[in-house]
Amino acid sequence: MTHATLGAGEMPKTVDSIQTSYMAQVRRRRLYGGLTLLIFVLLMVSGFNIADGRNAGGFWDGLGNIGDYPADVLSEAWEKRAALPGLMVKFFPALIETVNIAAVSTLIGATAGLVLSLLATRGLARWPRLIPVFRRVMDLMRAIPEIVIALMLIFVLGGGPVPAMIAIAIHTAGALGKMFSEVAENADLKPVEGLASTGATWAQRMWLGVVPQVAPNYISYALLRFEINIRASAILGFVGAGGLGYELRNAMAWGPGRFGEAAAIFILLFGTIVAFDQLSSRYRNRLTEGYGQ
Amino acid sequence: MTAADLSLTKAHADQLFRRKRLAAVAVPALILGYFAYIFVAFNIAGLAQRANWDNAVTLASDSWSYKVHVTRSNRTGAMDYAVEGERKGAYPEGQRPGWVTGEDILTVDLGSDTLVRLLPDNRTEVQVPGFGLIEAQAVGRQVTTNLGANVPDWISASDRRVAITSPEGRVTITGSKTEVFNYFPGWELFWFTFESPYHGHSLTEILFGARIDPTRANISGAVQDWWNNPMWRHKDVVWAIGETILMAFLGTMGAAIIALPMAFMAAKRFAPFALLRGATRRLFDFLRGVDALIWTVVLARAFGPGPLTGALAILITDTGTFGKIFSEALENVDGKQIEGVSSTGAKPLQRYRFGVIPQVVPVLLAQILYFLESNTRSATIIGAITGGGIGLMLTQAIQTQKDWEEVAYYIILIVGMVMAMDWFSGWLRGRLIGRKDG
Repeated sequence: MTHATLGAGEMPKTVDSIQTSYMAQVRRRRLYGGLTLLIFVLLMVSGFNIADGRNAGGFWDGLGNIGDYPADVLSEAWEKRAALPGLMVKFFPALIETVNIAAVSTLIGATAGLVLSLLATRGLARWPRLIPVFRRVMDLMRAIPEIVIALMLIFVLGGGPVPAMIAIAIHTAGALGKMFSEVAENADLKPVEGLASTGATWAQRMWLGVVPQVAPNYISYALLRFEINIRASAILGFVGAGGLGYELRNAMAWGPGRFGEAAAIFILLFGTIVAFDQLSSRYRNRLTEGYGQ
Repeated sequence: MTAADLSLTKAHADQLFRRKRLAAVAVPALILGYFAYIFVAFNIAGLAQRANWDNAVTLASDSWSYKVHVTRSNRTGAMDYAVEGERKGAYPEGQRPGWVTGEDILTVDLGSDTLVRLLPDNRTEVQVPGFGLIEAQAVGRQVTTNLGANVPDWISASDRRVAITSPEGRVTITGSKTEVFNYFPGWELFWFTFESPYHGHSLTEILFGARIDPTRANISGAVQDWWNNPMWRHKDVVWAIGETILMAFLGTMGAAIIALPMAFMAAKRFAPFALLRGATRRLFDFLRGVDALIWTVVLARAFGPGPLTGALAILITDTGTFGKIFSEALENVDGKQIEGVSSTGAKPLQRYRFGVIPQVVPVLLAQILYFLESNTRSATIIGAITGGGIGLMLTQAIQTQKDWEEVAYYIILIVGMVMAMDWFSGWLRGRLIGRKDG
């Protein structure tokens, strides 16, 4: 960048002129940097004011009350602490359902994402002309928020885990497909060529030539997705798709008197998310560092 | 290499192969077993009975079509013509659709020779090709028909209510009213409702034609009427999308601003006190682990529903996530640059500014921009819970279970919004990080 402005090939510059042009450049950069910062700060402040104005309660009024609800829940849960283990056992099936939704949708989504990614990767695709089509399909699957599909499916299929499962699986397929395809682009093509020379079909070339190379990365991404999907499945439960989120909404709708249940669900959800985060991050570390050696 | 060595290696290899073969069978078997368990646990076999296919048909057909209701009150004999049966879509007084003719006997032409005649004395005749004439009369709260005991499945008849569904439309007769639905493809009144003087005028007429509404210029008047369209509520929709993007923007940027200084406290290289480091890390884990759902629920109690609550929920969750990512990035910085800067006599703050920040900025920016895009999607979902943005409008439209064309409209907008944010964050990433390299 500096070389260009100094103008190579012109008359030799004196130190002074170099310095002034350098200082001018620094000033310009500072000006631009300052302007960008100013615009950013303005955006943040005005954005905050708009959001504050359109909120039902104001930020500054609510700030003092922020601890009220947790305090209410905690104090009631503390009073009823003897019942807490019982409540946790009661909601355990809902927790299993939430985790199951996440696990199945990750499995289905990762499988679909695997196929889509191979179909959308240059050099590997079965039908190279259709690469843009599969890419757009993945973009679309990624762009649709889970809640959209979940709500429509709840309308058709009724409440329960299946709408959430399908909704999360579709989003997972799109999201993982994109990441998988980025990994597959760097795969070594020699095994594929070797297999092709033996007359292997496309599926065989992919399964035996590409998948073993990319499997550690793919599993690592899929595990990361599983973590995200547990959260997503809890949230979708809140809009009627079963599992822990659904129970949470019911417990909350009752308000005081049922805070013990809300607390039990909070603890279960928090514990599950943290536990799976830790588990998957440990396993992912092992995958990326390689194991057995 | 001796023979003994070889046989040992072979034994090892055999063992390895056995293990791999076992895994090759066991892993798919396990997954299959899991799916079988899910099949039972989620009661997928019972799904077909629970599913309401009529709803699916309504959803699929209503999302790209609209219906015009022709309603006769069987009490007063008053006629009503309205798009989707809504007051906002009612035809102005004295006007009616062109496919309704006649004065004393109204003939509603549904198309393909399917005719509905509304006769005096609350009588209704429905002529369906290939079936014949159906006659019905509303008397008090009863409905009498000429239908016998055997009616086809597209007619449901009782002495209180008769519903006839033909491919061209629907007729419902009860004691109080006779309703005829006529279906058309498209999104009616998307631009202007009947109240607007611009309804029924083409784009070229509005742009280049004579002044339609004498008090306003054509273009500004048309834009104003479109913007305030009571059926499609374009103004509210645009605001809602703005709110959703605002939630994502405020949440992501606020989280980044808060997480950056805290990340220094959590990075081994910059935080000498193990206790402080551990506490900061646990705080990040806690913020992340509680999850946006619970934060939304808790914050909604303090701040009430609205975009600010959603923004704060995203902010708090992402502070945890960013804190973790940023502190990992900070731990991987190259020490040489910091040494170089400190050799010039730089103070600690200057060392961070010129030795550390330039190294981590590309990583951080890439993460922030990626989250900005992903949070647009989260904000849609959080909005549905906390009551703000396009997520809420979508949920409400779905819950009313009739405005499926609006649902389709919102879905298209949401997908467009997410894709635009995806493109924008990619473009900005290229500009900001690319400039650093160039």
